[in-house]
Amino acid sequence: MGKLTWSAIPFNNPLQMGASALIVVGAIGVFILITRKGWWPYLWREWLTSVDHKRIGVMYVLLALVLLCRGFIDALMMRSQQAMAAGGAMGYLPPEHYDQIFSAHGTIMIFFMAMPFMIGLMNFVVPLQLGVRDVAFPVLNAVSFWLTASGALLVNLSLIVGNFARTGWLAYPPLSEIQFSPDVGVDYYLWSLQISGVGTLLAGINLVTTILKVRAPGMSYMRMPIFCWTALASNLLIVAAFPILTATFGMLLLDRYVGMHFFTNDGGGNPMLYFNLIWAWGHPEVYILILPAFGIFSEVIGTFAGKAIFGYRSMVLATMAICILSFMVWLHHFFTMGAGANVNAFFGIMTMIIAVPTGVKIFNWLFTLYRGRIRYEVPVCWAVGFMVTFTIGGLTGVLLAVPPADFVLHNSLFLVAHFHNVIIGGVLFGGMAGYNYWFPKAFGFTLDRRLGLVSFWCWLIGFYLAFMPLYALGLLGMTRRMQHYANTSWQPFLIVAEVGAGVILIGIIATLAQLIVSIRSRDRRRDLTGDPWNGRTLEWSTASPPPSYNFAVLPKVQSLDAFWFAKEDGLTGPPATYVPIEVPANSPNGFVTAFFAVVLGFALIWHIWWMAVLGLVCALLTLLAFGWIERSEVEISSEQLKADDRARPARTGFA
Amino acid sequence: MTPQMADAAAVPQEFASAGAKGPAPVRVVVAYGFWIFLLSDIIMFSALFATYAVLNSQTAGGPSPRTLFDIRNVGVETLCLLLSSYTCGLGSLCIARRRLTGFYAFFGMTFVLGALFLGLELHEFSGMVARGAGPSRSAFLSSFFALVGLHGAHVTIGLTWLLFTVAQVVAKGPRPFVLRRLHCFSLFWHALDIIWVAVMSLVYLMGVRA
Repeated sequence: MGKLTWSAIPFNNPLQMGASALIVVGAIGVFILITRKGWWPYLWREWLTSVDHKRIGVMYVLLALVLLCRGFIDALMMRSQQAMAAGGAMGYLPPEHYDQIFSAHGTIMIFFMAMPFMIGLMNFVVPLQLGVRDVAFPVLNAVSFWLTASGALLVNLSLIVGNFARTGWLAYPPLSEIQFSPDVGVDYYLWSLQISGVGTLLAGINLVTTILKVRAPGMSYMRMPIFCWTALASNLLIVAAFPILTATFGMLLLDRYVGMHFFTNDGGGNPMLYFNLIWAWGHPEVYILILPAFGIFSEVIGTFAGKAIFGYRSMVLATMAICILSFMVWLHHFFTMGAGANVNAFFGIMTMIIAVPTGVKIFNWLFTLYRGRIRYEVPVCWAVGFMVTFTIGGLTGVLLAVPPADFVLHNSLFLVAHFHNVIIGGVLFGGMAGYNYWFPKAFGFTLDRRLGLVSFWCWLIGFYLAFMPLYALGLLGMTRRMQHYANTSWQPFLIVAEVGAGVILIGIIATLAQLIVSIRSRDRRRDLTGDPWNGRTLEWSTASPPPSYNFAVLPKVQSLDAFWFAKEDGLTGPPATYVPIEVPANSPNGFVTAFFAVVLGFALIWHIWWMAVLGLVCALLTLLAFGWIERSEVEISSEQLKADDRARPARTGFA
Repeated sequence: MTPQMADAAAVPQEFASAGAKGPAPVRVVVAYGFWIFLLSDIIMFSALFATYAVLNSQTAGGPSPRTLFDIRNVGVETLCLLLSSYTCGLGSLCIARRRLTGFYAFFGMTFVLGALFLGLELHEFSGMVARGAGPSRSAFLSSFFALVGLHGAHVTIGLTWLLFTVAQVVAKGPRPFVLRRLHCFSLFWHALDIIWVAVMSLVYLMGVRA
């Protein structure tokens, strides 16, 4: 069994054992519940083998929300540790455990919370907004999702069997080399991210092809909703950046597994090469996350201000400018490397330039809101909270872009506060806005407004309480990732930050409560029109939830905000005739491939070579088997389409 | 008419007509998506090229590019791979005209040439390892084996895929979905050529000159 022995299970660590037991008992409980209720056939048919982009999108978002909870528990533990461990006190987490927690927190929040949240929303919304029936490659879409889920599973498995990396979320060498991290932690990190990275790359290829080649008749580029543009930019970045990550991790794996010398201290290896490569992926990555969020805010602000987005073309231009510029700033993550004043000056200036298109966007949103008839529904609250918070985060970012200032602030809590400021204030707020905005489209009923507002205010206030003290601490000289500190004058700030994390906890509980309350009162909050917010774009022209084929007849797009103008002109009635359509049949390809990917990853982490060969061979055979058979399709007859379409109680569709 | 409507209406006609036809046919979508994949693959190679450029002088006291590379061997390898691309193209033309015998012959040649390339590469690798110039000897050799080996791995996948598509043509005939996959394979095979040209120039030719 390779390196795997009973000592891999942390029996001597009560905290970790408790968490493991909770996960195992929870998983067994869910399994028994599903079996007892006889839900397996339904789950298999409707979800696990589904190739419907809407179902896959929902599963992505669900994965993101579950891992948000996991990552947040890590955050609470770190905040409590730092609130306690001042001066003589050592807190309750030993360094080797604390290091795993901050590494897992970063890894999970970026790769398995923020990424699936954004990809899930894009998956759900983009085909609907483009007025088409699915993404370009529906089966591949399922493969992408299940590979992402595999990676998430492996990361969480490290809690139960073995340990996670102690290297921080980017696993910098030489610390991550076999010499200094000989256990399985870094291998868990690398293999789970390699597997989910393949999934992300495939998702990116799929959405780029969808947006460029699969659009409704008349949906020209300059008629695409802003969210589709930002999704295009984000997925182009995925296609251009994720292969670099795969190559970089591949080289670190070769160093660790076969003793090569890419990033080692000896043999001519160069650790700084890793820093450059990982940030050549890493900086585009932050724009992969934030661009779809910008798109969500554009949709939300346009809808709830009751106006077309101000400066559509400048918005498109700003999006694509950010897309290109994001590849020219990576070195600002290590100004202290010593590349020289001129190189640092170039990257500092490029970083400041990228603030310009971002500023354009902020002004466009402001001008859209200006003299609009704003309805303060939950999504628009998140959007306004974002505009204030993100601007502060952007300003501290420009501060960090000044190389001399960065030499002082590098790796301090100021940096930690900055990136949480833009990622929580930008990506997470965007995800929550999108979740509240499109939930009625996905499930056919709206979410509770009051609890949604509670969640928003708790997150907003909690965020400021948790992270403003960290700015101050960074300026006072506190570095990041400290398990313990001697300077007791820092402690009050960290206690305030801990209180802030507690307020965010209430926000998360409110979100869960909102979901439960809304499901229980769903009959009262049904959206029968398909258009609960008086929307502007095509997703609101079909039923909520949309049928598997999205549109009985593909809409003919005449303008930007096509649905809005169709409503202004008066909707035409249901079409006289329906043409039968074909939708792709379900396929277990994704689920089965991902299962073998987990086997392969686990075997490689623990050096169980026979199992690795088995997993690889089975995964390849699965791909070949599914490649051999022709993709089957299910026809939906014109009678069925007509019956579905006319059954909608309040029709607002158009053709 | 609101100002926003005027804004939307002012979009130039050429933009407006670009998406007028609706979703592209499956054949186009599949080839397009595969192109995007190939671009991503080329980016992965470019990361390894960059690594090689940084590390190729780091020989750690071991052998340098000049003492290791046999330019004649590389010439034969290049010839094999370029010819295999040519025969692959001829095979694709044959199947487009439904000439199955020609298709099998040309794809057979493609396979043989590809296998010959792979054999020569493996021979080169094993010779280097036998002379104590294995991948863990120095950073230069790590980056060399990773870059050239990744290309070799792609050729191996390509050969497997070739057998698979030919088997599909044998079993199912030139049906549209088989042809779509064949088209993707041929794009893949040509892309490997482009990458090899870069490998040959940047690794071998510049290596023996340095």
